[in-house]
Amino acid sequence: MMGERRKWHERLKVTLWTLIVPPTVWAGHFLFSYLWAAISCAKDGRFAKFPMLFTVGTVIALGLIVLSGWVAWKQQRTVGDPPPHEQGTEVDRLRFLAKSTLLLAGLSFVSVLFSALPVVFIGDCR
Amino acid sequence: MRKSIIVGALLLAGCNSHQSALAPFGLEARSTLTMTTVLVIGAVVIALGVALVFVLAVRAPEGRLDHAGGMRMVLWLGAIVPTVVLTALLVWALPAMRPLPDAVQNLRVHVEGEQFWWRVRYKPQGQPPLISANEVRIPVGRTVVFELTATDVIHSFWIPGLAGKMDMIPGRTNRLVVKADKAGTYRGICAEFCGLSHALMAFDVIAMEPAAFDAWLAASREPPMRTEGRGAALFEASGCNACHSLNGGEGIGPDLTRFGERRTLGAGILPPTVANTAAFIRDPHKSKPGARMPAYAAMPEADALAIARWLKEHGR
Repeated sequence: MMGERRKWHERLKVTLWTLIVPPTVWAGHFLFSYLWAAISCAKDGRFAKFPMLFTVGTVIALGLIVLSGWVAWKQQRTVGDPPPHEQGTEVDRLRFLAKSTLLLAGLSFVSVLFSALPVVFIGDCR
Repeated sequence: MRKSIIVGALLLAGCNSHQSALAPFGLEARSTLTMTTVLVIGAVVIALGVALVFVLAVRAPEGRLDHAGGMRMVLWLGAIVPTVVLTALLVWALPAMRPLPDAVQNLRVHVEGEQFWWRVRYKPQGQPPLISANEVRIPVGRTVVFELTATDVIHSFWIPGLAGKMDMIPGRTNRLVVKADKAGTYRGICAEFCGLSHALMAFDVIAMEPAAFDAWLAASREPPMRTEGRGAALFEASGCNACHSLNGGEGIGPDLTRFGERRTLGAGILPPTVANTAAFIRDPHKSKPGARMPAYAAMPEADALAIARWLKEHGR
């Protein structure tokens, strides 16, 4: 089982598409938060007391970001090509994309937390 | 030297206790001041810390910090510490953004922004509303709800010493819940550009002890004693009463029922002397460009003075 999982994250090469996963999840969560607050205020006329849907949405968003960050973390440890570094290689590309994805995942994680905090502390439609 | 005097004078001109977010008399402004103080001190400390690190970095012998150590420092000081500090600030500041709780029995004060003055309607629970203009009185220690709207363009209601600003939007009512905690006379202003006299659209704010406020509210319901005379006749003959109510009613222009009580003339811009009032009647656009009130240039000065004297004496 463990072996299969390791294979899975090794098989999935980071690309420009996986690079944009964390920021896209952040954007989605951001939009979801605003729409959820606006709709529950407009339809119910008050802030939802126990925002279950919101909690689940935030946990899913954080989970997706951690997952892509973890894959990127594993792949950015790929050993680099030996010198001379005269031109870009496949490995360089992979290492660069993996590192960028990891940094973006860190940023997106904090951003999702920051946009979720007002719900905990404000809880008012005004 | 001369420059520093000019700069110093300009900075000192900002020091006042009647219209300043740094001189709070309400809960919200007080927590804003605390936060501003913490943020300013924190920013200065961080800037000094960074400067110190610069000095140390320049003076340190070569090779003092290896590549891995440098990267670790960037990670900690560049990413982890700022994230933790920002998270802490967010968690600390967010509760202050929560509006004060509102309850039905709270005093409601409906304020309407108009070019370029304020229509004020006190709505105490279970009593008929009281109409006023260009002056807001609130009781200290009680929650007050300002219901804010506008009739012509977007204005913004801002009493810097009391709370943050709130837009007044035609066709919409915004609610601002406040609680004053220090009696005194303060000033509020329009904080959204609304036309020629935007900068001349202000109002007096009087925070009163609750008992004094109740007494004032009750006394204001009594119609003011007025004498008949030249001023009264001229007020009517010139058509002033077409716009200005003298008995607490709704008019097109600002209510003048208790004009004698007001601390300012023309929505917070001039001392309400007889001379200023007379000059305002004859040429309101001189001190208030773009005001809707027509100029009474043809009115003899003596007549304007008579109206002004009558308004001041009998509007108490």
